[in-house]
Amino acid sequence: MKIVEEKNEVTIVFAGDSGDGIQLTGTQFTTTNALFGNDISTFPDYPAEIRAPQGTVAGVSGFQLKFGSNEVYTPGDICDVLVAMNAAALKVNLPRLRKNGTIILNTDGFNAKDIKLAKYENNPLEDKSLDDYRTIQIDVSKLTKAALVDSGMGKKEIDRSRNMFVLGFLYYMYSRKLENTEKFIKEKFAKKPELIDANLKVLNAGYNYADTSEIFTSRYNVKAAELPKGEYRSIMGNQATAIGLVAASQKAGLDLFYGTYPITPASDILHELAKHKNFGVKTFQAEDEIAAICSVIGAAFGGKLGVTASSGPGIALKGEAIGLGVMLELPMVICNVQRGGPSTGLPTKTEQSDLLQAIYGRNGEAPMPVIAASSPSDCFETVYEAVRIAIEHMTPVFFLSDGYIANGSEPWKFPNPDSLKEIKAPFINGEVEKPFLPYRRDQNFVRRWAIPGVEGLEHRIGGLEKQDETGDVSYDPENHEKMVKIRQAKVDAVVNSIPLQEINNGLPEGEVLVIGWGSTFGVIKTAVKKAVEEGVKVGHIHLRYLNPLPKNLGELIQKFDHVIVPEMNNGQLVKILRDKYLVDAKGINKIKGIPFSTQEIIDAIEDSIIKV
Amino acid sequence: MSELEVLEQIKLSPKDFATDQDVKWCPGCGDYSILKQVQSIMPELGRKKEDIVFISGIGCSSRFPYYMNTYGMHSIHGRATAIASGLKISRPDLSVWIVTGDGDSLSIGGNHLIHMIRRNFDLNVLLFNNEIYGLTKGQYSPTSKAGKVTKSTPMGSVDHPFNPMALCLGASATFIARTLDRDPKHQREVLLQGSKHVGTSIIEIYQNCNVFNDGAFEVFTDKGSKPIETLMMESGQPLVFGAESEFGIKLDGSTPRVVELSSVSKNELWIHDEKDRFKAQLLTSFFDDPTVEGHLPRPFGVFYQEDRFRYEDAISQQIERAIEIKGKGDLAKLLSGNNVWKVG
Ligand code: SF4
Repeated sequence: MKIVEEKNEVTIVFAGDSGDGIQLTGTQFTTTNALFGNDISTFPDYPAEIRAPQGTVAGVSGFQLKFGSNEVYTPGDICDVLVAMNAAALKVNLPRLRKNGTIILNTDGFNAKDIKLAKYENNPLEDKSLDDYRTIQIDVSKLTKAALVDSGMGKKEIDRSRNMFVLGFLYYMYSRKLENTEKFIKEKFAKKPELIDANLKVLNAGYNYADTSEIFTSRYNVKAAELPKGEYRSIMGNQATAIGLVAASQKAGLDLFYGTYPITPASDILHELAKHKNFGVKTFQAEDEIAAICSVIGAAFGGKLGVTASSGPGIALKGEAIGLGVMLELPMVICNVQRGGPSTGLPTKTEQSDLLQAIYGRNGEAPMPVIAASSPSDCFETVYEAVRIAIEHMTPVFFLSDGYIANGSEPWKFPNPDSLKEIKAPFINGEVEKPFLPYRRDQNFVRRWAIPGVEGLEHRIGGLEKQDETGDVSYDPENHEKMVKIRQAKVDAVVNSIPLQEINNGLPEGEVLVIGWGSTFGVIKTAVKKAVEEGVKVGHIHLRYLNPLPKNLGELIQKFDHVIVPEMNNGQLVKILRDKYLVDAKGINKIKGIPFSTQEIIDAIEDSIIKV
Repeated sequence: MSELEVLEQIKLSPKDFATDQDVKWCPGCGDYSILKQVQSIMPELGRKKEDIVFISGIGCSSRFPYYMNTYGMHSIHGRATAIASGLKISRPDLSVWIVTGDGDSLSIGGNHLIHMIRRNFDLNVLLFNNEIYGLTKGQYSPTSKAGKVTKSTPMGSVDHPFNPMALCLGASATFIARTLDRDPKHQREVLLQGSKHVGTSIIEIYQNCNVFNDGAFEVFTDKGSKPIETLMMESGQPLVFGAESEFGIKLDGSTPRVVELSSVSKNELWIHDEKDRFKAQLLTSFFDDPTVEGHLPRPFGVFYQEDRFRYEDAISQQIERAIEIKGKGDLAKLLSGNNVWKVG
């Protein structure tokens, strides 16, 4: 019997060749711990090439997760455990491992060929380079083969279940049951019973090997976290976005039309929505990005909830049509799952560099609301808000997410459908003026949604400047200026339907205010918490509403001596804040395609005080 | 209610489809005649005004929706086809009409046009072809003849022009037809046929831009040359042309040849069959320059027509099928997913 050692939190990275089933291993380990009750945050990191040459550094696929008995806001900066299926995986991920951390190695991935492919000069298992770590060397291939010796399976098939050995091994190491993964295997291979058998065997073999071998003397346990009471599930960002759209369409009583074109990292929203046709969801994979947004404009004109999604390059292509949406004043949501840019940039890496594009990136004066999700599960609520604003204010709305939260996952205390806000479309009921004035507005400058099929509301709209109220084409100079101001006032009026900004963490006044937006939420929260514990007077505001900004933001900013704005870009929100509030906000920028570490934010907070 | 009763009840006249907007095309522009014919066939659709939508892109022709008292959208350059696609998928109940030009749909909007065609939505496309950019004041277009001298091609265009009918057929169109602004009767006939087609009907209309490309189609409209230069196709009828119907087209193997009816009996002529895809391909390639010796006459009328499944219907059926299999969507279940755990 081994001793069980308690841990508060553990960060593990699984790494191997992109064909090694790393993402699946990571997801399984995550679900098992989530079901056990840990708080979790995950971050998959996969290569841009679908099948990069085997064994090379370019082909390494990684999956990082942190699980804890405390609340976990990020997938972790530094790892405690690295699982490396081959030499290249070790090379890529070793810098993430803390000194004295544990490396679980598949020795079969360290033969001469692997060493050469990974471009190591010497075999790292034989020189002294791993001396600072605790290494557990296992010939996973051999042991997997041994477990399946009677199966009659070929080498290729056997090798494919190696990941189950590793998973079983880790389940033992972290005192977890096999149940969840066993259930998963049975469902996944329901049509191939021989594979159920093989995978279960290997999973158990890994578990038993950890138990009987003398590799370690103690196992670990991470107790369930004390999360707020309720029912939880695990959710990924893109999935939460898709579900949020379905929920909003149901609550608004409008069918969802989703027109899109495949692009990394947004395509999973399409994959998810395509599964929900029984909610009346129509998905349309258009011929290009422009057709995608245009089809959405058509659907919006027809009175449906039109939504499109893309990433930076695709959004650039949609620009002109989004401008038409602004001009027509039809509701629609444009999701941008941001990635590294410019141009094709870093398709599989994360960045927050499309904020200015979202707020300003159209020809002419074309204002529109912009909101951003702060974590995988927050995508649900934020995209729901995007739909609400779009419909109730008759405008295109930008919803921003990024590769980090799109593919990351966390536990989610999902809501009851009844608790979701009502969304009321401004359709016309009853009598209407004659002739009908399609651009007549309410006190929030919102026009009504007149849809084909309704008698007496026949009207023409278009991209040309229109006369106030009638919507007729007008080149009148006074009218143009008036219309530009009206369209701006309409977007400004959204401020009346959004909540006041809160101090999300830390102190309500003091020395430093950290203002963030989007996926930096977890890391800023963690850093601010630590800094407060260390006695720094620091507060954290995280903006969901980026255009218009909450009414009281200016007042909140006033209560701090310094403002810093960490962003995964070259300084975008910081420009807006400086412009709007004449505040000497300082940008903290990281543009490496990877998220900030907690330490980087803590250092920035401390620097901002010292420098003065 | 029977179809007839519905028609009876709707009882609209062409005037009901006119708007209060001043029509702003240049005097003498071919667009006027098209507007008139389209308004004239509207009452025959048997649809209510509010169920009809006109969508256009950018260009002279794209002003069209403003002059139709239906729902309408004057959108952006080249995208009417994509906008109409989204509208038709989400609102299969509407009668959708796209108004576009040679620049709008064959140049900047070429991609959307071919993809819309292969999907075969049930809608109608009026492709005004004037072989020039009118709205931007006279640059050559993708249908301008090679050598065309315009403001942007002072030494003559070196672009090879598109053959729109062949392009559309190549994209798997289920209805293609060509007509002329200056032949209102023929135009009306073709428009009606197109409107009845269930699927995407593409109607190319030769339209005279009297300001920047006057007379581009004169050989097909001028009383003197029209009989000999145009081939009016009629389903089930032999292909004949000439002032006295003195010429016909005969297939010699797979090669079409002009023959004199004095020497060949009508029975030997090519009988036009709108359902014949291979022959339609040959007919669309009757695209010779009328100034070249030995050229074939230019066909007008319906080249090809086929009944094929509509994209929007297929999508709607998948939705019904999904509901059959899984039941109507249950939001609470969607939110909870399959792996729920309780805390507290
Ligand atoms: S420029 Fe040509 S096509 Fe345009 S309205 Fe004038 S005549 Fe008609």
